Amino acid sequence: MKKIHIKDRLLAMSKAPSKRNVNSLYVPEPKNRPGTTPDFSDLNMPDLYSEKTHTLPRPDTMVDAYETAPLASGLVRVLTLDGRAKGPWNPQLDPDTLRLGLRNMHLTRCVDNRMFNMQRQGKSSFYMKSKGEEGIAVAAAMALKDTDMVFPSYRQQGLLLSRGYPLRDLMCQVLSNSGDKLEGKAIPICYSSREKGFYSIGASLGTQMSHAVGWAMACAYKGTDSLSCAFTGEGATAEGDFHYALTFSSTYRAPCIINVVNNQWAISSFQGIAAGQSKTFAYRGLGFGLASIRVDGNDFLAVYAVMKWAAARARAGGGATVIEHYSYRMEGHSTSDDPSKYRAKDEPDAWPLGDPLERLKEHLILIGEWDEERHAAQEKELNAYVRETYKDAESFGTLATQTGINPATMFEQVYEDMPAHLRRQRQEAGV
Amino acid sequence: MAQMNMIQAINSALDVKMSQDPDVLVFGEDVGFFGGVFRCTAGLQEKHGLHRCFDSPISEGGIVGTAVGMGAYGLRPVVEIQFADYIYPGFDQICSEAARLRYRSNGDFTAPITIRSPMGGGIHGGTSHSQSPEALFTHISGLKVIIPSNPYDAKGLLIKAIEDNDPVVFFEPKRLYNGPFDGDHNKPVESWAGHELGEVPEGHYTIDFENARIHQEGSELTILCYGTMVWVAEAAARACGISADIVDLRSLLPLDLDAIVKSVKKTGHCLILHEATRTSGFGAELMAQVQENCFYHLEKPVVRVTGWDTPYPHALEWEYFPGLERVSQSIIRMMEG
Repeated sequence: MKKIHIKDRLLAMSKAPSKRNVNSLYVPEPKNRPGTTPDFSDLNMPDLYSEKTHTLPRPDTMVDAYETAPLASGLVRVLTLDGRAKGPWNPQLDPDTLRLGLRNMHLTRCVDNRMFNMQRQGKSSFYMKSKGEEGIAVAAAMALKDTDMVFPSYRQQGLLLSRGYPLRDLMCQVLSNSGDKLEGKAIPICYSSREKGFYSIGASLGTQMSHAVGWAMACAYKGTDSLSCAFTGEGATAEGDFHYALTFSSTYRAPCIINVVNNQWAISSFQGIAAGQSKTFAYRGLGFGLASIRVDGNDFLAVYAVMKWAAARARAGGGATVIEHYSYRMEGHSTSDDPSKYRAKDEPDAWPLGDPLERLKEHLILIGEWDEERHAAQEKELNAYVRETYKDAESFGTLATQTGINPATMFEQVYEDMPAHLRRQRQEAGV
Repeated sequence: MAQMNMIQAINSALDVKMSQDPDVLVFGEDVGFFGGVFRCTAGLQEKHGLHRCFDSPISEGGIVGTAVGMGAYGLRPVVEIQFADYIYPGFDQICSEAARLRYRSNGDFTAPITIRSPMGGGIHGGTSHSQSPEALFTHISGLKVIIPSNPYDAKGLLIKAIEDNDPVVFFEPKRLYNGPFDGDHNKPVESWAGHELGEVPEGHYTIDFENARIHQEGSELTILCYGTMVWVAEAAARACGISADIVDLRSLLPLDLDAIVKSVKKTGHCLILHEATRTSGFGAELMAQVQENCFYHLEKPVVRVTGWDTPYPHALEWEYFPGLERVSQSIIRMMEG
């Protein structure tokens, strides 16, 4: 046998690929990139058709936060995929409330479709649809009091629509025309309505999480039983602002609900880029001593129930709850991207938790409170309403034609009172 | 009237507002039980309650962010950033949120918050406890930036800031907390006791922004300055035997341009002083304003004396600081050249 000199062995080792090689930086990638057949088997979903998998308990709302650990790593569900409402989290809503939820979701989807097409016609610069996530915003609005301030990210238009914000005002904001209450100052979809308890959306992601906590601290400071309800996407949980919000809400036991809408995609980056090796986004709340729950975000009833639970806890002095809404962004991030460039074409159809609108509809049909004819009639009615309202909104101008906004307003609302240098600049601008 | 140093004047402003308005609350790192590392919030927790003056986590972004939310609700939070050098984690919240909330919501939501922070050198703070970052904030539309140079102004301006419905960044030159400082670090420390500007009313009063103070009147030279440099300007003018109009800006944004123009047109000479680094410093803006508005009245080019474009060095603090000697030399060169 040939004897191998120790020096040769060391040389061979240095050339061989090693697990500890310096070139093995790990970068996570999603499974379903373009050209692949979408596959979600690694999610290890339980049998979604069986109520036997609805095993997570609904604890007392004042339970010790750490006892919510199973809820943070599990998935709270009420609706089976065949439309039955089962398990301890069933909020037992009456048919009228269920139909209202369906209608609000349906309206949101019709509005989204109209506004998306309007942008494609060049009448606005930008729009963002919420298809697949309507149930989260609508259920939140219906489970909370109208006086509870919501701090939305950009995909919760369902909150505004459910709270009865005038559709024409919403459309005029997207058109940046003379009917826009914000006088064209903010980009489309950055709505603001103090009256409807809807905080001004800024497009910086995550920054408003700590505002919600500050608002909640103010609610407590003033001795009210109101709360605040913040939303972020899963991607922006990587921002320091998320950490700030969780820290401050924990320290001051702020009455607030911190929602992470995990729709799997942050533009083209899959959720694993923000999640890293962590179990769930909800689980992060436990590290701060906050009650934490992961819920099927495409299950209207489950979202409603979890929101009610968190609101009751906050109002009773139990502090904040972190809720991860496990959902899926069925369309592009916005009008500015093409999802077929970064994810498998059929991925939305392969998403195992279905479409929230269809699932609530099926449930209502199953319990005999709805049918296909009524649904078709509702769609027709809502589309007509959206079409007529849009015509009205467009009569106030569009970004493409004439916005009708007085240029002098550009210098207003920078400060409460206009300082001399802005007055001079307004004069210089000749407006 | 009472005799106060700048710490006591700031404390008094907070106390007056907290007594007057239940919506005013104070928080920040170590400001509660301990009363702040510079003692500006001493006794406020004991007098007004734990929920009105409390400690925050070490999280400047979180401090400003929660203050914005409270302000939007209708409270008037006054937060302390322990050193201006540590304001940067809160910079995004100040620029993207506090300063923009009113505009983007067209007045629907506002951020009536005050952000207090000690700034400037002269206490051996080195790179991390000496910075003067005011120019970063004067570039942000929607903010107001205030820097007092004495106890009387500090109290009146701080009360004004708290009552203002827009976000105010209120920088406190920490070298002036205990006394005026003319830039000569070899001299014994002077106190505010017995000083005219250390005479501070105990009750409520305000000083308007966009309203410079003429620290001293003169006919030969205008010196534009604020904070610590007001005192250096006074000493240097005296040392040079020159009749200087010293304009203490007090409010950098908005700026009292009328006072500047009036003074420069009178003297025909303009010297600009600040402790902050030179490039893109606030002096550049002042120089541009003087050029745009007073060009035909200038007899000499405008001169800046500032901190060097280096981080604030620890051992060489007094070589960095634009002290008496550098300012005096610049005055002489300008007037004789």
